[in-house]
Amino acid sequence: MQIHDNPALKAEARNLNFYYGEAKALKNINMPIYDKKVTALIGPSGCGKSTYLRSFNRMHDLYPGNRYEGEIRFFPDNTNLLSPEVDPIEVRMRVGMVFQKPNPFPKSIYENVAYGLRVRGENNKRVLDDKVEHALKGGAIWDEVKDRLQDLASNLSGGQQQRLCIARALATDPELLLFDEPTSALDPIATAAIEELVHELKKRVTILIVTHNMQQAARVSDYTAYMFLGEMIEFGKTDEIFIKPQDKRTEDYITGRMG
Amino acid sequence: MQPLTNEQIRAVIARGKLKDTIFKGVGLFCLAIALLVIVALIADMFMKGSERFTLDFFINFASRRATQAGILSAWVGSLLVMLVTALAAVPLGVAAGLYLEEYAKRNWLTHVIEVNISNLAAVPSIVYGLLALGIFVYQFGFGQSILSAGLTLALLILPIIIVATREAIRAIPAMIREGSMAVGATRWQTCRYHIIPYAMPGILTGVIIGLARAIGETAPIITIGALTFIAFLPPVPFTGEPPAGLFDWVMSPFTVMPIQIFNWTSRPDPAFEVNAAAAGFVLMVMVLSMNAVAIYLRYKMRKNIKW
Ligand SMILES: Nc1ncnc2c1ncn2[C@@H]1O[C@H](COP(=O)(O)OP(=O)(O)OP(=O)(O)O)[C@@H](O)[C@H]1O
Ligand SMILES: [Mg+2]
Repeated sequence: MQIHDNPALKAEARNLNFYYGEAKALKNINMPIYDKKVTALIGPSGCGKSTYLRSFNRMHDLYPGNRYEGEIRFFPDNTNLLSPEVDPIEVRMRVGMVFQKPNPFPKSIYENVAYGLRVRGENNKRVLDDKVEHALKGGAIWDEVKDRLQDLASNLSGGQQQRLCIARALATDPELLLFDEPTSALDPIATAAIEELVHELKKRVTILIVTHNMQQAARVSDYTAYMFLGEMIEFGKTDEIFIKPQDKRTEDYITGRMG
Repeated sequence: MQPLTNEQIRAVIARGKLKDTIFKGVGLFCLAIALLVIVALIADMFMKGSERFTLDFFINFASRRATQAGILSAWVGSLLVMLVTALAAVPLGVAAGLYLEEYAKRNWLTHVIEVNISNLAAVPSIVYGLLALGIFVYQFGFGQSILSAGLTLALLILPIIIVATREAIRAIPAMIREGSMAVGATRWQTCRYHIIPYAMPGILTGVIIGLARAIGETAPIITIGALTFIAFLPPVPFTGEPPAGLFDWVMSPFTVMPIQIFNWTSRPDPAFEVNAAAAGFVLMVMVLSMNAVAIYLRYKMRKNIKW
């Protein structure tokens, strides 16, 4: 995989293995994540996309019995995100996440976005107001909610809730943003809005996105990785992967003969 | 197999519906029995005690003459004991439940603790009374006071509050917890901003169910030595003998509603039965209004919590 005009690295998985108890879910994954690019993870259900994604913010640490092997290097400071010496909370302060199903807190729209800042000890009303507005604009939802910031977030539509969750993740200026099938619970119009947003966001932040939708991967991503049974089968520029995949299994999957 | 004809399909549905109707009838009947018993009990007490429902009954102390005897020290005692019970049991129970759900590692030790909490809920209340007599009354020297009674009942309802807390926490979807942790919150921040507030309706319900149980308890209170005839109230804060403080009342002797009732029913003079019925009715009203408050609070708080 010699590509010469590669941009800077934001992160890199090195010999990454992951175990749910005894069950090995990720097998020796090596993969670069390029800075300020969108990288899509595709592959059939159960192949380990979510497992891989959730390693980047140490989500697996919340549950007992999970174990990582190998490294995820994070740049520019070259920390190993998986190192036991690195506090998972510190990792999550740098790596944001948007979930498959919108999961706003049952609080006001404002409090949802301000939460990440409050957690960091920010209590100044002016600063909070400012950052909340900025984040909601970043999540492309400011115009829809600016007059009702104190309303409950659960009263928003599904698509709005998902953009609110994006704004919540953006409020704390993450360096890497993880999306786990962010549009699978949304209708086509809401999906289009999120896709456009992802496109916009990559000016500011590096994005890693899991998707089941081949067209979506082709539309939003610069790089694509194909996973199968816990292995990274193929990684490359999205155009190249979709036009001439190197591996037979990748080809079968993207042409719809499998998955 | 041949597909069913329309007639056959209708026959199948009709048979199913018949069972529906039968069950509806049986269910309604059982419900009616349960309700009737309660209503009959309350109505009976109300009618028997009706001539005592005067203001005097509520503001008079115990007396040798049935018509002058009131429940002042009993209802004040009950309320104060409940206050101590709640102040002791709620923080302990909620903290224990929170710890077990959010912090404890799943290992054999936690398992043993869990099993024991369920067992605690089944321990007869008199045993708590004996335990409290040894520990609170004598060992700690709290004497036969409101404090001893409150702490005893707190022990008694602790398992109820722990279980209610854990169940309320378990009803919170994992994705809310993950959403909070994902922005970099610590466990405690997640508990403080999310888990505790969202579990609050369930916790409150458990607390009130526990208190409603405690307010009717008699055996453990008798064991630790509540008085049955008492003609004074615990001191109001800052009014007792100097140096009077805010919490002098916790060390005061006391009686509570169920003991007052028990005492009246055991008198030879039948006139006291009227007092007992009236006091029983008041106690029922206290319990039912606690339940009503629980239902109201739960409704009000749940309204804003949707996933
Ligand atoms: N908590 C868990 N405990 C044990 N095994 C798990 C757990 N979560 C996932 N797995 C297993 O790990 C493998 C990878 O699961 P993962 O959720 O990462 O797949 P996925 O690619 O995201 O699938 P999908 O596209 O359906 O979301 C699967 O075989 C799954 O059964
Ligand atoms: Mg998944």
